[in-house]
Amino acid sequence: MARLAALTGNNAAAEAIRQIKPDVFAAYPITPQTEMAEEVAQYVADGILETEYIPVESEHSSMSACIGASLAGVRAMTATASCGLAYMWELLPIAASMRTSIVMAVVNRAFNAPLNIHCSHDDSMGARDAGWIQLYSENAQEMYDNLIQAVKIAEDEKIRLPVMVCMDGFIISHAVERLLLLADEEVKNFLGEFKSAHPLLEVNNPVTLGACALPDYYTEHKKQHSEALRHSLGKIMEVADEYARLSGRSYSLFESYQLADAEYGIVILNSAAGVTRTVVDKLRKEGIKAGLLKIRVYRPFPATQIVQALKNLKAIAVLERTDSFGGVGSPVFTDISAAFMEAPTKERPLMINYIYGLGGRDVGLEDIEKVYASLQVINQRGKIEKSFAYLQARE
Amino acid sequence: MALNLKEIAKKEELFMPGHRLCAGCGTAVLMRQVMLAVEGPVVVSMATSCPFVSAATYPYSAWKVPWIHSAFENSPATISGVEAAYKALRKKGSINQEIKFISMAGDGGTYDIGFQALSGALERGHRFLHICYNNEAYMNTGIQRSGATPLGAHTTTSPAGKLIPGKREFRKDLTAIIAAHDIPYVAQTTPFHWRDLMTKVQKALAVDGPSFINVLTSCHRGWRSDMKDAMQILKLAVDTCYWPLYEVVNGKYKLNYKLRNKLPVIEWIRPQGRFAHLLKEENQPIVAQIQQKIDENWEKLLAKCALD
Repeated sequence: MARLAALTGNNAAAEAIRQIKPDVFAAYPITPQTEMAEEVAQYVADGILETEYIPVESEHSSMSACIGASLAGVRAMTATASCGLAYMWELLPIAASMRTSIVMAVVNRAFNAPLNIHCSHDDSMGARDAGWIQLYSENAQEMYDNLIQAVKIAEDEKIRLPVMVCMDGFIISHAVERLLLLADEEVKNFLGEFKSAHPLLEVNNPVTLGACALPDYYTEHKKQHSEALRHSLGKIMEVADEYARLSGRSYSLFESYQLADAEYGIVILNSAAGVTRTVVDKLRKEGIKAGLLKIRVYRPFPATQIVQALKNLKAIAVLERTDSFGGVGSPVFTDISAAFMEAPTKERPLMINYIYGLGGRDVGLEDIEKVYASLQVINQRGKIEKSFAYLQARE
Repeated sequence: MALNLKEIAKKEELFMPGHRLCAGCGTAVLMRQVMLAVEGPVVVSMATSCPFVSAATYPYSAWKVPWIHSAFENSPATISGVEAAYKALRKKGSINQEIKFISMAGDGGTYDIGFQALSGALERGHRFLHICYNNEAYMNTGIQRSGATPLGAHTTTSPAGKLIPGKREFRKDLTAIIAAHDIPYVAQTTPFHWRDLMTKVQKALAVDGPSFINVLTSCHRGWRSDMKDAMQILKLAVDTCYWPLYEVVNGKYKLNYKLRNKLPVIEWIRPQGRFAHLLKEENQPIVAQIQQKIDENWEKLLAKCALD
């Protein structure tokens, strides 16, 4: 039975964690994730959730403890943001290449400096090549749904890779929304028990985990990891289908909104998809064929599917809440550009890249309207003068 | 287990031969002693270090027990996750036997880069033993100074040069720092004192909470000493009171080795090439400084142990 609730993004994530029932939860508080770490601690203190809560002294240790717990053979979760994710950076590729099944909630927050506690995607985008699966969430409902699905994906015997589930700091983590929750039993049955392939705690069958591999074996380890990540798209969709049957809420690799016949498209992640959708509706009423592609699964990157969805458009703007300083463009822009280079199709829309919403700067209807207007100009001129720009920046 | 050599010789080795540690490596000896002292199932977590790269290089492993490594500075944090997983599975009834947990790291992974993870895990009260194989420098990366490197020692980052005579700082007293965490069991020992070491491992694993053993162990590559003298030098460390054998049980200090004749520190310094420059006339004040520090610390320790 679905329950209707009014929760912040952090509340929703904590509620998902309570229902997921990790055996071990190790976390260090950091704004804007703190509330989640507090709520899980309160659940444990009140006897509502039976989990070994490890109140670690740093994020480096939260990820280390999760690696130990996951490889010991239990369900392990953590949550962090920004500098916290940066501090555990060393362990991210280790958690992935050791094939743990850790699920981590990331409340997207800007990197310092200047210090800023609000939303940018610097943290998770910076970690995009760590070998984790990454899911992005537009709102509290998606954060809740993605976390539950993430556990099922991470623990699948053919995947065994950690999953990062992201939502926007403050904009989502601290805003109250109406959402539907599953019953505890439904989540329990959906997830089942975690079965580790080679649990460290099986003392009668001792395993050496995390050995050193020199040039003669290192490549094969990495190739196996790479293939597991690339092949996880199918499983992610299977889990989404099963979850849709349970919850009535459908998820895909990305959301296409008014894209089928669109001429002008925006590609975006997380909360700003909301305002973009509103602008799409407004433009459609004006007869402008606007559309939106909101990425849910960013790693592995669904390149073929995204090319398929975008190839017939005239012009696209990739909007990102982070910069890849000194690069060709921001991360998603670069990936989509590369995906078109690789694709057999000759049809390629004109494509530009805007950096927006840094450090929590609000993105309004007028900002998104400006982007669609610029796409129309580019299309009329048939060429791009400037493919990379900061939207909203004061000159 | 009674520590009887005949009985120990019959025990199954859990740290197996075939590893690639140097001949004459003190750490290899202590690994064997630790694993022979263990009774019942044990899980080991290890920091990046010589015994890591030498004894767990894919596709080989010298470890006959469940063993995990994930990074350099996080062995205690990693084992805290494993121990928490064990507690969860015991509560669920999926595991019904008692399992012990050991975290191991060198002086880099314990005194310096790994100190925070260790301090945090001790404060949180996980039931595990952390063993520091302390050879007083970062030997795995080629003999660089650490917080455990003693005053005057030559390392590649505290070299004895024309102007500077080796390391300019005293080492930190990590055993005392760990004792200040108020955990049930803290001790110092060396593999030369095998009975002392093995007894301490057993005592540490028996307590209900975190425990710590700081093991001074020789590295002839870094100490510039003769390989055959590995154990003899460790004996001198204790006989000069450079490295007293003691334990702190529930806050109570106890000296484990009462000296008849306290040897001058020069006896410990002389066989080690890392101190060669200290034998020069102009560096005698440094030797005197070292002696003075040892004397002061020894007196302090005796006072803590309520002996005089």
